[in-house]
Amino acid sequence: MAEAVHDIEIRNLYKIFGPNAKAHVADVRAGMTKEELKQRHNHVLALDNINMTIRAGKIQVVMGLSGSGKSTLIRHINRLIDPTEGEIIYDGQDITAMSVPELRRFRRERTAMVFQKFALFPHRTVLENTIYGLLVRGVPRREAEERGRRWISRVGLDGFEESYPNQLSGGMQQRVGLARALTNDAEILLMDEAFSALDPLIRTDMQSVLLGLQEELKKTIIFITHDLDEALRLGQNIAILRDGRIVQQGTGEQIVLRPRDDYIANFVRDIRRGHVITVRTIMRKGERADTPLTLPATTLLEEAARAMTNAEVSRANVVSRDGQNLGMITLSKCVAEMIAPDDSEAVDPEVQVA
Amino acid sequence: MDLTEFPAMSRGDMRDFRIAIDQSFREFTRAYGDQLEQMFHPIQVLLNFIEGLLIGGPWIVVLLAIAAVIWALSRSLRIAGGTVIALMLIGYFGMWEDTMRTIAMVSVCTLIAVIIGIPLGILMARSDRANALITPVLDMMQTMPSFVYLIPVVMIFGLGKVPGVIAVVIYALPPIVRLTNLGIRQVPADVLEAAEAFGTDGRQKLIDVQLPLALPTIMAGVNQTIMMSLAMVVVASMIGVRGLGQPVLQAINNQYFTLGVMNGLAIVAIAIIFDRATQAYGRRLQRHLEAEHG
Ligand SMILES: Nc1ncnc2c1ncn2[C@@H]1O[C@H](COP(=O)(O)OP(=O)(O)OP(=O)(O)O)[C@@H](O)[C@H]1O
Ligand SMILES: [Mg+2]
Repeated sequence: MAEAVHDIEIRNLYKIFGPNAKAHVADVRAGMTKEELKQRHNHVLALDNINMTIRAGKIQVVMGLSGSGKSTLIRHINRLIDPTEGEIIYDGQDITAMSVPELRRFRRERTAMVFQKFALFPHRTVLENTIYGLLVRGVPRREAEERGRRWISRVGLDGFEESYPNQLSGGMQQRVGLARALTNDAEILLMDEAFSALDPLIRTDMQSVLLGLQEELKKTIIFITHDLDEALRLGQNIAILRDGRIVQQGTGEQIVLRPRDDYIANFVRDIRRGHVITVRTIMRKGERADTPLTLPATTLLEEAARAMTNAEVSRANVVSRDGQNLGMITLSKCVAEMIAPDDSEAVDPEVQVA
Repeated sequence: MDLTEFPAMSRGDMRDFRIAIDQSFREFTRAYGDQLEQMFHPIQVLLNFIEGLLIGGPWIVVLLAIAAVIWALSRSLRIAGGTVIALMLIGYFGMWEDTMRTIAMVSVCTLIAVIIGIPLGILMARSDRANALITPVLDMMQTMPSFVYLIPVVMIFGLGKVPGVIAVVIYALPPIVRLTNLGIRQVPADVLEAAEAFGTDGRQKLIDVQLPLALPTIMAGVNQTIMMSLAMVVVASMIGVRGLGQPVLQAINNQYFTLGVMNGLAIVAIAIIFDRATQAYGRRLQRHLEAEHG
């Protein structure tokens, strides 16, 4: 089982689409925007100075509106797209500078990808699609089929092994793409809106599969989504792209609590905040309440409110994992934070979530 | 200045010019003719072998074998049955041997066209330079009146089967090259990208993805090539290729109306059989694409 132990380091990455891309990097550095570049030079700025560290064995979510550069970014990690400038370091090697055979090996042995538009092989059955990566890598067909069947079953496509992609519904095709990537058992999983065509039930199930893969097998997963709920459920780290720039990076809680600008605020406006924010973030540090109720610091606001209501108390102490008192929260503050952003009370603006 | 007459080169210059070229080509023929003939000899052997099988074998066996091949391609009893009936009629009207010769000829020509044409098409699909270079040659092969390139071919090889095959292949090659090229270039970019993401090399991409997805288009090319070889049998008979073309030629020269029509119809019958069989095969190849969901 391939376990990821190396971070992916993206450094000063620029991507401009157009015949004369290299020449325009300087303009972009000097502050030319995507629109200006398009109007004046008819080049498309897709990625603008991306810097991020994708932690080994973690799920990194990338969000952003349509056209913000998400697919372009994820394609750089297995170099389906060559950058205009910048580097991506993995395991001491710059992916953007690999030779053709090196790149081929890197793709075969260390990455797997789920495509936004599925990109299944129409002339191959579900099973043949699923095992293609293993066959390319030289795994014997019998073993490959065995592994393929397991994942086909796991994504709920039992009995469709011999069907052709065109005989399946959109959601089923997407699951074939999923099985095809997962069968590859690579340490880096690139997932471009991999769940977008799934119904809510299967979607939740597939999210669990992904969380399991990350937890047990320590895969590094880069996951693109438009769905904030999904981002918050999956992402240990979330990056938000706008016009090819990263406008905010952080945990889900940080982004929901402190959207850096209106663009992000719009993203997070409709989120169930009580479902994301933990009591640690809004507690009054160091204070102690005279109440029998204690809550772990990682308790979500919804759970905290429920616990306080059930216990018929209006305050609770917040404790760390080893039982140390960290602070206290009130029910009213809890509810206020769940409903809307509230900066009136003394929430420490520097609060960082561990 | 007289503007109504184009300032052409003088008659004498023209004659010298023609003679010079003809002369050097004749010298070339004398010098390399035997070697070239030697090189193309295997074609003669193959053609003779297939002809021998078709003509020398018991007619009932040959008939059933052809019907079996047609059925294997088309998986259609209707087409296979039609083949049997057509061949029986052809035999009854005394055209069995000529028909077998023509089938042998068309089979060999198609085989050679496929062997040359598919790799050429692949090359054109992979390299824009090759594409730009070969396309005008194909245009020329298709538009140049076939009689024109019969001249040098006959000068080198004399009359007979081999020059016939060469002439037919030159005429019938372009569609398979073009359609192989087209088929490969039409493979969706996202599917190719997926293959690439799995770390395929060029050969794997070609064999696992590009050729299978181009196959229906390539089959359309094979079909065209067969049709064009059949269309050439009459012309080829002018340089000594025996088969259904010769009686037609004879009929033209002597105004034998019935003979011409009968042999013409036999050619049409074979054309229809080949066409339906290869088309049905092509459709079978892309069944997975037609089974659209919803
Ligand atoms: N091959 C290309 N040639 C030119 N421009 C491109 C190309 N691919 C992408 N772009 C441009 O780059 C920008 C980013 O595109 P990208 O596909 O990465 O967006 P995205 O964030 O994935 O959007 P979506 O959510 O709709 O999938 C867009 O402005 C797009 O027009
Ligand atoms: Mg996209």
